[in-house]
Amino acid sequence: MASINKVKVMVVGDSGVGKSAFVHLVCHSQPITNPSWTIGCSVDIKLHEYKEGTPSQKTYFVELWDIGGSSSHRNTRAVFYNCFQGIILIHDLTNRKSHQNLRKWLAELLCKEGNVKKNTGHDFDPEEFVDNQIPILIIGTKLDMVQQGLSPNRSSSVAEECGADEFYLDCHQAKSLAPGSTNAVKLSRFFDKVIERRYYSQNSSQMTTLLDRRRVGPLSPKLSHVD
Amino acid sequence: MYCVHHRLVQLIFSITFALSCTMFELIIFEILGVLEASSRFLHWKIGLYAMLFMLIFLLPFYIGYFILSNIRFVKQSVLKLLTVAAWLFFMYLFWKIGDPFPILSPKHGIFSIEQGISRVGVIGVTLMALLSGFGAVNYPYTSMTYFMRPVTPNDTQSLEKKVLQTVDMIIMKKKRIALAEREKLLQPGSGSQGSVIWNMLKSVTTSQYGSSENVSQLKQEVAALEELSRQLFLEAVDMHTMQERIEWSKTLKGKYFNFLGYFFSLYCVWKIFISTVNIVFDRVGKVDPVTRGIEIAVNYMGINFDVSVMFYFTSTTVLCVL
Repeated sequence: MASINKVKVMVVGDSGVGKSAFVHLVCHSQPITNPSWTIGCSVDIKLHEYKEGTPSQKTYFVELWDIGGSSSHRNTRAVFYNCFQGIILIHDLTNRKSHQNLRKWLAELLCKEGNVKKNTGHDFDPEEFVDNQIPILIIGTKLDMVQQGLSPNRSSSVAEECGADEFYLDCHQAKSLAPGSTNAVKLSRFFDKVIERRYYSQNSSQMTTLLDRRRVGPLSPKLSHVD
Repeated sequence: MYCVHHRLVQLIFSITFALSCTMFELIIFEILGVLEASSRFLHWKIGLYAMLFMLIFLLPFYIGYFILSNIRFVKQSVLKLLTVAAWLFFMYLFWKIGDPFPILSPKHGIFSIEQGISRVGVIGVTLMALLSGFGAVNYPYTSMTYFMRPVTPNDTQSLEKKVLQTVDMIIMKKKRIALAEREKLLQPGSGSQGSVIWNMLKSVTTSQYGSSENVSQLKQEVAALEELSRQLFLEAVDMHTMQERIEWSKTLKGKYFNFLGYFFSLYCVWKIFISTVNIVFDRVGKVDPVTRGIEIAVNYMGINFDVSVMFYFTSTTVLCVL
């Protein structure tokens, strides 16, 4: 166990959107049976195969830190926000406000340097996230409760601003993340990106704008050959 | 918690609120004498009937409906019947509550609205008293410095460290569980089917954390640790809240509320004393101390005020503030 490396991914979103259900589905491949409000932080582990199917396949631990979203615990949540390598933002498809609040969550995660009190009135500034290198994934839950056929063909504004991937799913069905489905592929690509950034990209300062990164694809394999 | 976007609930809430405001305005008009007396009476009657209808029929019905629809094992077809049953039960309780009170007058009969109003009134006043009592006690507690324990940054840091340590222990155990479960999946004859010798051979040849892990025991330990982490987190939240309150009390607003807190707690103690005296000695209290204080102040300053109007306003204000 000492030889397996780990990455830490924060799973955040408003209270009641389905973070615990999603984490349980990812880690145990089964829908959760008795969801209750998360107090503080609940961590679950997924064994992820980096670069699955290639000769350089390696196992990593992905720690999914599911942070309880109630606003009354805001002042103590910051204790969990140190050195994470990935962010999963979860919103509820039946509640548009939870999608708008994703910006506030992003601000809370990325501006955690003390001053929790200032964050309550903090206005989201898109400029701050241009320099952000942490991979972000946006997930919409409760797909079964909205009209059928809803998919993010037109990426939402938050996803565009952060250069994040996104998909929608229903956490009560195990087949939403069945191996080989589009959602599972996107999720595993996200985990690969997180692991790559943490363990394989030595020259992370050379990845400048988000647009370049989206156009060119992962730069790090090319950069690592430059040695 | 996110806002309730269910249209019906919003509508019901708005109607109830609007009706309450209308009745409140009618009371003020009554005191001040605005509008024709007959139109006031008409509006009053309409408002009263509508309010009673809401309170007795609509609200309990929908509350019961929503509660029952949230319980998982209730089927859709049975839902409506169960709601009607729940509502009838509620009406029965409602009736029973009113029995001890001497409000049944022979000339109005049983199903008149007087029954409804009197019951609603009694329950409403009791709830108001409970709420204001709670407010009276909670408010000095939150704003008076006497009740605030000092919290140093060291305390918060050590508690936060404990929370993180517990979470790290949970993570370690969960990693072992995950590895053990993966091992179980990879072994062909996995589970408890191997003999004792086979198990010993496996534990010698495989890695240190092989399938000899006792997964169920680990899961129990994880559950206990998770409970511990929740408790520690809640303690940390309390500590942070206390810190914020201490900082807030140092501001001017905080000091003002602190002074008000002392004033109101003295008032509450006086109230409790007087009501106990009233009940014990069976004496009907005439006027409450705030009005009496204002009477004295008014007489001292020699200004002409209508005392009955002042009575309404001051008592209501004090009640509202509490």
